[in-house]
Amino acid sequence: MPDTPDVPRPHAHVHLGVFFQGVNHTTIWSDPASGSQTDFETFRRVAQTAERGLFDAFFLGEGLRLREQNGRLHDLDVVGRPDAITQLAALAAVTTHIGLVATQNVTYNDPADLARRLASLDVLSGGRAAWNIVTTDNAWTGENFRRGGWLDHSQRYTRAAEFVRAVQAIWDGWDAPEPVRATGGTLDIEVTPTVPRTAQGHPVLFQAGDSPDGRDFAAGHAEVIFSAHGTDFDDALAFATDVRARTVAAGRPEDDLKILPGTQFVLAATDAEARDKARWVKEQQVTPATALSLLGQVWGEDLSHYDPDGPLPAHDPVIEVIGETRGSPRRGKRPHEIAQAWRARAEAEHLTIRQLVIAQERERGFVGSPSTVADELVRWVRHGASDGFNITPWLVPSGLDDVVDLLVPALQERGAYRTAYTGTTLREHLGLRAPLTHRVAAAAQV
Amino acid sequence: MSTSSVLHVGLEVDGAGAHPAAWRAAARSSSDALGPARLRDVVAAAENAGVTFVTFDDSLVPPAAGPAGRLDAVTRAAYVAPLTSRIGLVPLVHPAVTEPFHVASQLAALDHASLGRGGWFVGAGDVPGARRALDRPVAAGADLLDETADVVTVVRDLWDSWEDDAVVRDSATGRYVDRDRLHYVDFASGGEGLPAGPSSRGTADGVRAPFTVKGPSIVPRSPQGQLVVVGRAGTVPGGLLDVALVATTDAAARAREDGAPLVVVDLAVTLDAAGRLGADRRAELDGLAGVPVPATWTGSAVDLVDVLLGLRGVVDGVRLLPSELDVDLPVLVRDVLPALRVARAVPTPRPGATLRDTLGLPRPTNRHVAAAATV
Ligand SMILES: Cc1cc2nc3c(=O)[nH]c(=O)nc-3n(C[C@H](O)[C@H](O)[C@H](O)COP(=O)(O)O)c2cc1C
Repeated sequence: MPDTPDVPRPHAHVHLGVFFQGVNHTTIWSDPASGSQTDFETFRRVAQTAERGLFDAFFLGEGLRLREQNGRLHDLDVVGRPDAITQLAALAAVTTHIGLVATQNVTYNDPADLARRLASLDVLSGGRAAWNIVTTDNAWTGENFRRGGWLDHSQRYTRAAEFVRAVQAIWDGWDAPEPVRATGGTLDIEVTPTVPRTAQGHPVLFQAGDSPDGRDFAAGHAEVIFSAHGTDFDDALAFATDVRARTVAAGRPEDDLKILPGTQFVLAATDAEARDKARWVKEQQVTPATALSLLGQVWGEDLSHYDPDGPLPAHDPVIEVIGETRGSPRRGKRPHEIAQAWRARAEAEHLTIRQLVIAQERERGFVGSPSTVADELVRWVRHGASDGFNITPWLVPSGLDDVVDLLVPALQERGAYRTAYTGTTLREHLGLRAPLTHRVAAAAQV
Repeated sequence: MSTSSVLHVGLEVDGAGAHPAAWRAAARSSSDALGPARLRDVVAAAENAGVTFVTFDDSLVPPAAGPAGRLDAVTRAAYVAPLTSRIGLVPLVHPAVTEPFHVASQLAALDHASLGRGGWFVGAGDVPGARRALDRPVAAGADLLDETADVVTVVRDLWDSWEDDAVVRDSATGRYVDRDRLHYVDFASGGEGLPAGPSSRGTADGVRAPFTVKGPSIVPRSPQGQLVVVGRAGTVPGGLLDVALVATTDAAARAREDGAPLVVVDLAVTLDAAGRLGADRRAELDGLAGVPVPATWTGSAVDLVDVLLGLRGVVDGVRLLPSELDVDLPVLVRDVLPALRVARAVPTPRPGATLRDTLGLPRPTNRHVAAAATV
């Protein structure tokens, strides 16, 4: 690609991660090629495929209570997954370079324990560990934990900041003459660290959370932000511009916070075939039962007895606010407005329930031939819309095969992707500076 | 209960060795001592020698005497899981320290990653410093016994909260799981006063705060159904244990009466090695320790083989605690375990066997299935 002044980052590379998501209707479990969602072998295969494709990172999410809808356990999506750090420790033994990212929340963990477990993973993996900081704060999840629903929603990022500072102090406090003390409104701890510094200083900090508070938290503390802005270029660029401004406002260089949106790839030999395949993927994701379930979330009642190939309910939703359905992207929105919009669209376009739900599903990610998608990804990173992508495969364990075999070579041909790992730590793969707390210490010594 | 004539051999592999001064004697730098290569080598040596299981001692806070450096035990066990195929992996997790819900998930994940070779060494004894480290009340003393019973109970409840066949992947109805095969545990512990949280900072030291766990687990039922629960006799009710650890053979009968299916005796050893007598090595280590250290067995490999052969029929197994892994483990591997194999005194763990299989323990039927079957 020629150096042109209107390409702000002409040499930028695409960084790829894989998000092994598990619990969500985007994972197609009904396909004959869909493997066990539980067996270690499935995870090993995805991680090793990603490493073959020279990915930066393998990601695991976290959900500390099984999802429910209308008071019953949700039974339509993949459910059940291993503890993240434990699973990543096992994967560390069968991989050599790829980063290993554990999503862990700050409300139902103890800083002393979590700091130690993450640092242990970092030592055993030779400096490949990362922590994706999330702020699960609901009392519903708290029912599984000693502290119960102890933290108010408004305090979630106060807690996050205090927790992260405590964890960093523990990581940096190895070999210090005194125990580490950390205090704040949500914690007051004193502990002697047990894990030495690691090959990358300490684990890389990721953050996933989209509110203004979440973005500020990322700008102040995180090294990578895992966003949901991975489909539309303008939306992604606006997000990136916003978090860069926040990063600079926090006193950091604007490239100090890498941006990796979650996304999905659908690849085929031609763009037209890829579009057909994307349609098929969506139909697999939105089964008749899932369509009724998603509709039931909006209406706030069990609609599983409706005909998915029939019309939408004629009555209004029975709830005022979409509430305690975990994992619902529409949580908190006004069901009456959504219902009105959906009914209007179904009538105008003559859509059945399932057709409407499929049509309403956001277009996700990138669809096209490897060369079309490669061009798009390069455009994104070279125009600063993101630093790369965190891919959620819709099929495991084979869902990354075409990405690695076809898309990665296309990116390499464009000079926008590494042809070999040049470092051994995740910090090196991502091109990150030293941990923030180490920089402060180094500057103070000068 | 009858005791078979085979003897299971367990091995403690934490740190530089079980003697509190082992790390002082070890020449390695602390990062090498904690790194993945050493961990791999030690566990591989134990597996190759036919050891039934290894334990990974642990503590959130460093011991008063001993090295500060130590990695989390579950994380270590998980790391070696895909690198081994026959040996049991039994990390220590303290029931009053780690969140019960996390204990259940972490150990279930270990059992999945090891294809059924996971165990839980239930931590015992007060953990000074845990309260300050965790910013919440931590049970101690007599309260700790009750807390331990509660935590082991709820962890076992969580391991049964998914029936084995809960994942149905029924395309016809669109259901991935059959929700009737998932079960809330609705556990409520004993204890008094306020639950853990900032408001419990005034709770007296050692008093346990009550807790509840809703369930179900977030991890599907693991290959063994229930991991092998190993605990010191007297610290966990026998009926909740699979393996009771005793300090002396005299305590074996009592542990069996308490309901433990298997009884394993701990034996700390300092062997004649590298041209030196075990007794001399031991004396030197004691000198380095600076604190009183309980006696260990000292002597030659041949004598140890005799001691171990004599334990057959008395206990179901022995857990060896080598004073210094670098020195004692090579002797155990080269001279002790082969002699036991030749004498047909130890089982031969098969690749792919679960730890329960190797120990001769049945795979527990899920309680919800068992209950349905008796209706
Ligand atoms: C891309 C993305 C991925 C996330 N993954 C998880 C997850 O795996 N587990 C979790 O508990 N929360 C997850 N979250 C939720 C966030 O941590 C956070 O709790 C939530 O977005 C609310 O914070 P906010 O108000 O700042 O957005 C994720 C959020 C985003 C944007």
